[in-house]
Amino acid sequence: MATCLIVDDSRVVRQIARKILEDLKFTCTEAEDGKKAQEACSKAMPDAVLLDWNMPVMNGIEFLRELRKMPGGDKPKVLFCTTEADLNHIKEALSAGANEYIMKPFDSDIIQTKFSQVGLIG
Amino acid sequence: MRVEDFDLFAKFVYQRSGLVLTKEKAYLLDSRLMPVARRWNFKDLGELANALRSKSDEALLADITDAMTTNESSFFRDQKPFDQFRQVVLPRFLQARAATRRLRIWSAACSNGQEPYSLAMILDEEASKMPGWTIEIVATDLCREVLEKAKQGLYTQFEVQRGLPITMLVKHFTQIGDKWQISKQMQGKIKFQQFNLLEPMTALGQFDIVFCRNVLIYFDPATKAKVLEGIGRQMPPDGILYLGGAETVLGVTQAFKPMDGQRGLYVHGSAASTSAAVPGVTPAATAVR
Repeated sequence: MATCLIVDDSRVVRQIARKILEDLKFTCTEAEDGKKAQEACSKAMPDAVLLDWNMPVMNGIEFLRELRKMPGGDKPKVLFCTTEADLNHIKEALSAGANEYIMKPFDSDIIQTKFSQVGLIG
Repeated sequence: MRVEDFDLFAKFVYQRSGLVLTKEKAYLLDSRLMPVARRWNFKDLGELANALRSKSDEALLADITDAMTTNESSFFRDQKPFDQFRQVVLPRFLQARAATRRLRIWSAACSNGQEPYSLAMILDEEASKMPGWTIEIVATDLCREVLEKAKQGLYTQFEVQRGLPITMLVKHFTQIGDKWQISKQMQGKIKFQQFNLLEPMTALGQFDIVFCRNVLIYFDPATKAKVLEGIGRQMPPDGILYLGGAETVLGVTQAFKPMDGQRGLYVHGSAASTSAAVPGVTPAATAVR
């Protein structure tokens, strides 16, 4: 079963995303900021990371850059999921190694198609 | 959004349109109704809900209903048909039309334009395989209003997230306020035209590939047969027809038959296997012989 790390400082968003992803048969773990996400990844690399941008301690883009430098950190598919909805942010995310980009608000259809586009759902 | 506001919108939309909004679709409500709220100078959906409560004017109620029941389509809808287009259909015609280097494609119920634009974006990616080719995409729909929208190529944030890979959004769209517009280059690849599928099709010319997805479901069996046979007459013997996932030619017409191993794709009904058994041979079937 594929694993997904949900990184968002909002507990509500994490819960909603978790429910959607568990319905899609992902095993989910959660982190509330980039630093905690980094710690989680150093213990076990997930198959996917659903990543908020604006978070305290370490934000999403900083986490992504760190992740891609870690051993095995090129493996996880990283999908941003953020209210930042302008082209500059999207381009910055892609050049930092994001695989997909979801602009909030999202729903289960969007999550599902984006995860299938990066090849995590058949 | 407050629970009582969600309940109010859900109940209202259900009464007006029969559309059922579950709690999981609360996000949908956000993305669809925020533009309405903005248009009516409401600060947020809470204010919009209050306006709805005070039974404001019919134009607002109609706006809310329209926004919530908007034609559901998406880029690369169902994904598989577009994978088949790239991997099976296009290579086949690259060979078959190598001499003329011409290809004509018809999106026969293009709605808001996502289908023809999806095809145009794939063709753009595959352009290096088709130097000197003339490819024409004709996109038609019965409804002038959706055609206007299709021509503009202006989509909500919600629409560009359904099915459209982010790299394609970055490559082919520009951001205008809270909407996204497809590039002039992609718009220029498509000829939009109002057309009723029940009218004679001859003037449209011949099409190598026809997308007629999720429209036959609205027709009765006799009309389905008539439309399919009409489309068949506009296609060369090796033409390929796409139908929607819930649609089939079986039991409707023998003008087409399923293409071997390619779900959702249809070719002309083969003279070899069925002609003897068919009393009313369609012109499409005749063309095959």
